[in-house]
Order: sequence, then C-alpha cells, then structure tokens
Amino acid sequence: MRNATITTLLCLAAMPAASQAQTYKAPRTVDGKPNLNGIWQALNTANWDLEGHAAAVGPVSSLGAVFAKPPGLSVVEGDEIPYLPAALAKKKANQADWVKLDPEVKCYLPGVPRATYLPYPFQIVQSQKKILFSYEYTGAVREINMEAPTKAPADSWMGWSNGHWEGETLVVDVTSLMDTTWFDRAGDFHSDALHVVERYTPRSADTLNYEATIEDPKVFSRPWKIGMPLYRHVGKNDRLLEYKCVEFAEELIYGPLRKKSGK
Amino acid sequence: MSGVTTSYRAFALTAALAAICAIGLPATAAAQSLNAKTAPAKKTWSPPRTPDGQPDLQGVWTNNTATPLERTKELAGKEFFTEAELAENQKKEHARVESNEEEGRPTQPGTAEDVHYDFSQYALDRGQSKLVWNRRTSLIVGPEGTIPALTPEARKRVAERAAKNRGHEFDGPENQPLGARCLARANVGPPLLPTAYNSNLEIVQSPGYVAIETEMIHDVRMVPTDGRPHISKNIRQWMGDSVGHWEGNTLVVDTTNFTDQNPFPGARNLHVVERFTRADADTILYQFTVEDPGMWTKPWSGELPITKIPGQLYEFACHEGNYALADILRGARVTEEDAAKKKPAK
Repeated sequence: MRNATITTLLCLAAMPAASQAQTYKAPRTVDGKPNLNGIWQALNTANWDLEGHAAAVGPVSSLGAVFAKPPGLSVVEGDEIPYLPAALAKKKANQADWVKLDPEVKCYLPGVPRATYLPYPFQIVQSQKKILFSYEYTGAVREINMEAPTKAPADSWMGWSNGHWEGETLVVDVTSLMDTTWFDRAGDFHSDALHVVERYTPRSADTLNYEATIEDPKVFSRPWKIGMPLYRHVGKNDRLLEYKCVEFAEELIYGPLRKKSGK
Repeated sequence: MSGVTTSYRAFALTAALAAICAIGLPATAAAQSLNAKTAPAKKTWSPPRTPDGQPDLQGVWTNNTATPLERTKELAGKEFFTEAELAENQKKEHARVESNEEEGRPTQPGTAEDVHYDFSQYALDRGQSKLVWNRRTSLIVGPEGTIPALTPEARKRVAERAAKNRGHEFDGPENQPLGARCLARANVGPPLLPTAYNSNLEIVQSPGYVAIETEMIHDVRMVPTDGRPHISKNIRQWMGDSVGHWEGNTLVVDTTNFTDQNPFPGARNLHVVERFTRADADTILYQFTVEDPGMWTKPWSGELPITKIPGQLYEFACHEGNYALADILRGARVTEEDAAKKKPAK
C-alpha cells in the first residue's frame, strides 16, 4: 500500500505541469461546456514587461515607492521575445519613451492579449452562441463568436474573435487587430499583421491557464507564446466596477489646448 | 451596425416628425402590440428560455424611435395617436426620406463633401436604422408626457451649474458635453434613451447575470440577478450600479450610485427602475421609472419598444478616434489668438 502511494506520487511528479492541468475537468454549463463564467484577473507584472524584469524606479519620482516598477518573472515561453532586428530597435525606442508612447497612458483600448493581464479584472459571460468578455479597464469589451467563424469587416482595437472548444479549452482566434496597441509598458509592440490564438483552460475551481500564441511576421522571427494563470475573484459580492479612465487622460491629451488662465 | 441600413436615408431630426406613435393599451397588455405591426395580441405567447431557465432577452436590438422623450405642446393631453394618424405620420416620414431634399441627401461620389462625410453612409439613425413605430406621442407616459418640474432647489443648482459654464464652453475638455468627451451617452443611461445616432444594443445572459452592451461607447452594464445588494453608496459611477431580479417573465433592474453628472446633470440621488419584458419574438417592452426627490417634484415613467435587428455590434472606439474634441479646443485657441492680434492694430 505504502509503495503504491509512493509510486503514484512519483508518477505525478514526473508528469509535466501542463498535462496535470489537463486532468482537471471543469464544472459544466447547462449545455455541457466547461463553465468559464466569473470575474478573473492575472496576478503578475506582465503588464509592466512580458519579459523578466528587476524592480526599477518609476516614471514619476515624486511618487517614490508607490508607482515604482515591481519585479517579475518572464511570462514568455523561452524567456525572450523573438524580435526581428529592426523591430528590436523600435521596441527599445518605445521603451525609452514609454510614458509618452504607451497607449495605456492615454486610456486607449488595450487590444489582445494585453487586456487579459492588465492590473484590472475582467468578467466572462458565457452564453451559447457568444461569449462576452467585459474588461474593467476603460470598459473594453470583446464578443467571442462561437458559431461558424466570421470575418472582420475592418480592423479594430480589440480585434475580431472567433472561438471554439477543444475539450476543456476555449480556443479564441483573434485577427484584424490594429497596430496601435502594445503588449506592455516596456514598449513591446506589434504590427497590423498580428494574429493571436488564445487558450483558456480551467486548471482548478478558481484558476484558469491562459496561453496566447503570438504571430506577426513583420515584427517577430517566429511565433511565440506567453502563459500565465488567471485567478477567480471569489468574494461573494465581487463586481466589476467602472474604470472610465478617459477623464484621467484628458489633461495629458488636451491640456496643451486649454485656455490659458488670466486671459 | 452598418449592416442594418434600410432604404431610408434621412439625416436631420425634425420636430414635426418626432411625434409618431403607438398604442393605447395599459402597459401589461401593451407588450403584445407595442410593435409597429400592431398585430393583434397573442395572449398565449411565452418567451423563449435560456438553457438554465431564464426568460431569454438575448440578441441584438435597437430602440431607435421617432417618438420624442417629451410630448410637444401641440399634443398636450393627447397620449396616443390614432391608427390613422400613425399611418399619416409614417407616410410623411417615407416622403421625407424619399425626397432626399434635406441635409441627409446622398452625397455625389468623388466630391469633397462625399470624401469628408457621406451622409447616406454615416448619418443619423432616424432614416437609416430600423425605426420602431408606436402610437405614443411621447416616451414619457401619463397625461402630461413631460419630465416633471424641478424642485426649487434643483432649479437653482442646475441654473448655477449652467451659469458657471456659460462663456467658458471652449476653455478646456471638462467644459464640453460628456458625449463630446466620450465619457457618457444618453443611449447608455440608464435609462436606455434612444438618441439620434446609434441606438444599437446587445443582451447576453449567463446564470446569475444579464449583460447589457450598448454599441455607444462600448459600455457594458453587468446586472447581477442573484439578489445581492447595491455597492457602497460612496462609489458613484457614470452608469450607476445596477442589480436585477426576475418577476415572472420580466427582468427588473434597479440602479443607484450615479454621479451627479450623468445621465441627468444635477440629480444627486437618482434611482432608476427598468423593466424588460419580451413581448414577442422581435420585441422587448422597455419600461422605466426615474426618481430623485431632490431633483424632480415627482417620479416620472416612460416606455418604448426595443426591436430585434440583424447583424451584430461593432467596436465603437470613441475616445481613441476623438479628433473632434482636440479640434474644437484648438479652434477656440486660434480664434482667440486672431482676436488678440486684431486689437493692437487699431
């Protein structure tokens, strides 16, 4: 008996993490699909930098420790993003001037996959033909079409999402994304050729595995992948609240056009 | 929702046409015949259900209407048009649209006007989206059909607010209307009031939640239906805080926690109750009551049909594409500079 237990433990330990996660079977919706309904949030610093990064001074020195850059491990598989040489130069220029250039600073729609790991929760409302993703950050929203795939009539900030189920996993194919969004505050960027395939896989009652494969031949030498867990907001009355940040970016955007006082 | 344009091509909202519409039945029975089709009531119709058994309100909808929120003075005391009057109003509307003599006429391809703004492509909904007819002379129900008088205190408050902004409309972004700033829109509410442009919305349901998404400005109102209380009164939001419950086939949504700027500037304790009742396959009867004893002398209520439309919602990136606000402010600064240059010359 004891030997059997040890053998089981050894076998479990030898299994790769991913396949362990796949052994979890999520509760089902009434129509038999894995139930992803809930309020979810990443618990990492990927929005600061997808790649591994040490803590650093923040952009506003008067804020001291309050808005300094927290440290974080890389969420990129293989640690580094495979930029083409010219694109790497642009990323570095972006990074050097991120407060001026990062669309998040202006409260612009975040695009995919950045919406997922912004430091704000999002809610999944899972219906049969459509799955609604509602993000707290600037009220961003995506509809995942679960019927026959459709084609976008035009590019957009949040892209065009067609989804399907692969066993326990919701797979979302995202295309028609504009080149105006970034991946993080470290200047990581893409072109309008971006293609993202997201995979949402329940790994326990209150966690999901999130994976996104990122492909953009204009910017990267090969497709690459990010991965992270997402955590459920388990509080009884937890809610998405409004984060309409447009108002907070008005001084930044329109301040120079303000009437000079004293006139 | 460019996919749902009809042959209508009108642009301007004219006051005369604003008065059209619907139905002389009490609210509950009204559900059956609010629709323009004025079909006889089908008493046996019961709404479809979601797999978990909620009445199914899902789909893409419009509340575009020719009915004004408030009744015009000429129609004082008249809550409903007759069927004959409704038909006449519809005829006039068609004639207006067909004549194409207004601002909404199609532009000539290749002209500067066409390149700048093709009215037939991107005009106002009245002439383009599906128009929901009904016999009401105003969305506000009752013999008066108007928003009740403000309390004396509220009148003072609202006047002071307006006076403070007068002459400063172009000073900075905060002096501009909320819509111009991409912060809030009347179509979002709540209540969901139709506006001249883009009355498209979508409802998605999951157990315990009804999500109401308005295409403008990509706002989602997430309504929990599990009986939870409102959030802390210290948290004020542009769209308030909505909680809901089912009363038979009706979704009842109770909203509080509004800012004092939206949707009725100056209202500090706004309370909105909405009722969504599926009337038939293509129609939701939408009813609402608005109250704030510090603002109006009495509560007021309205109703209108919300009608199913084909297609889906698209992204409305209002703030991201807001060149207008920058241009308005820049224009004001240039005007001031020009005026300053002229002065010393004399």
